[in-house]
Amino acid sequence: MLEVSQLGKTYGEGENATHAIGSISFGIEEKEFVCVVGPSGCGKTTLLKCMSGLLEPSTGSTALKGRTVDGPPPEMALVFQEYSRSLLPWMSVRGNVTLPLRHKKLGKGETARLVEEAVEAVGLAAFIDRYPWELSGGMQQRVAIARALAYQPEILLMDEPFASVDAQTRGDLEDLVLQVREQFGVTVLFVTHDIDESVYLADRIVVLTPSPTEVREVLTVDLPHPRDQVDTKELPEFARLRAHVYRLIKREQSGGEEDATTGGRAGGERTDRDRVRG
Amino acid sequence: MRRHLAIALEIAVPIALLVIWGVWSASGDTFYFPPLTDILQKFQELWLFDRVGSDVLPSLQRLFLGYLIACAVAVAIGIPLGLNPLLRRATSPIVEFLRAIPPPALLPFAIVVLGVGNAGKVFLIAFVCVWPVLLNTIDGVTGIDPTLRETARSYGVSGRDRLLRIVLPAASPQIFAGMRTSLSLALILMVISEMVASTNGIGFFVLQSQRSFAIPEMWAGILLLGLLGYALNLIFLLVERRVLAWHRGARASALG
Repeated sequence: MLEVSQLGKTYGEGENATHAIGSISFGIEEKEFVCVVGPSGCGKTTLLKCMSGLLEPSTGSTALKGRTVDGPPPEMALVFQEYSRSLLPWMSVRGNVTLPLRHKKLGKGETARLVEEAVEAVGLAAFIDRYPWELSGGMQQRVAIARALAYQPEILLMDEPFASVDAQTRGDLEDLVLQVREQFGVTVLFVTHDIDESVYLADRIVVLTPSPTEVREVLTVDLPHPRDQVDTKELPEFARLRAHVYRLIKREQSGGEEDATTGGRAGGERTDRDRVRG
Repeated sequence: MRRHLAIALEIAVPIALLVIWGVWSASGDTFYFPPLTDILQKFQELWLFDRVGSDVLPSLQRLFLGYLIACAVAVAIGIPLGLNPLLRRATSPIVEFLRAIPPPALLPFAIVVLGVGNAGKVFLIAFVCVWPVLLNTIDGVTGIDPTLRETARSYGVSGRDRLLRIVLPAASPQIFAGMRTSLSLALILMVISEMVASTNGIGFFVLQSQRSFAIPEMWAGILLLGLLGYALNLIFLLVERRVLAWHRGARASALG
């Protein structure tokens, strides 16, 4: 469905050039949930912006259903990390979710139905006439997700969407994303720096190298659905995958010395070090 | 309790000052500082409501016309300039030059070209009020969060929707700050323009009173101008509070 081929991004020219992305290729199948994980500063956001047509890649291209992406495609919706800055504070939840639909000219009834359905799906029906700043961080990110869903995208691109909410809210939101993905039958590309999160959510994980970024490994996550915050994370397979991804990233990051040992015991309980800062 | 005290002081201090002024001026027989009671009596005779039609209304008309034209023009020009860096670079020397001209210097020009009627005065007020609003609009638009711009782009929000529902509201706190500065400028320029080549208006009246040694009348005019400025600012703040309610709310929640 979405095909990234030899995508590269260089900022600047000549001696001052920064090679943010070397060359990245991978594909996403229809209805698939793909997580992109990489060490901090590896250009995950740049990659996502290139894929969504917000940035022009220096080399290579992205194709959505066979067509090359040269601007934000209408079949695609984005959820940003900074929910508080991507929602419009002068509009209610309803206004925020409705705005992208206005130019689709669906008719008043249909638009209202889509908006209410999406807001309901993220569990904010009671807050539809509130303003974003009246809501907590987790609820604001729910609004951003509702806005994306109401847009009826075929593919949802999420850029570290839960990086700035607390751990408990993060768990709830992860389950919410899995649930709406079923409900709306949408393909998801989820960028994160959280290894646990990527293993928990994904059907496949694309692990990136540090800058200039390339694909280090693509692995299939064969964990049963529906996923559960407790049961899934207790499975030996979960621990194995998590340790595997952890080693891939940590070894890349520091030449495989100090952090490789940390990675070695990463199969155990979750620690703060598991989170690679993005 | 503290709040009540603050409000009480806010009311009591001006009253106390008025009383002191009244007592001090009542005993004295200085020609230039007539008793407050005389001034207030003149104030009542003149402005309630004898000369409202002949002087106050023409003044207010000039003020609002000039001010509103300035705001409309400034926002209409400021938004494209804010959105387009190249255009902004190209026009910034012109803007800086025109802005640097001391406004009263344009008075002779306005009189020669537009005559001694309303047009020249309105022009002068508008010319001066345009800059704070223009510069603030440009600042407000260039300062729009990149995440917000990208959100709009990725969701295909463009044209009118982008302008009226994203760009304008996002810049509105800054635009209002500029409009508030301009409002006090409008009052100043109204008075200045009425003091030169004019036949009516509050500014004309104050100067005319001074020239005919009608000192209590002159003071009554100055008092009216002060009250007018105070009232305009108050009304402006009330409007701003309503229009920018979301901004106060968002800021309060961001601060925690």
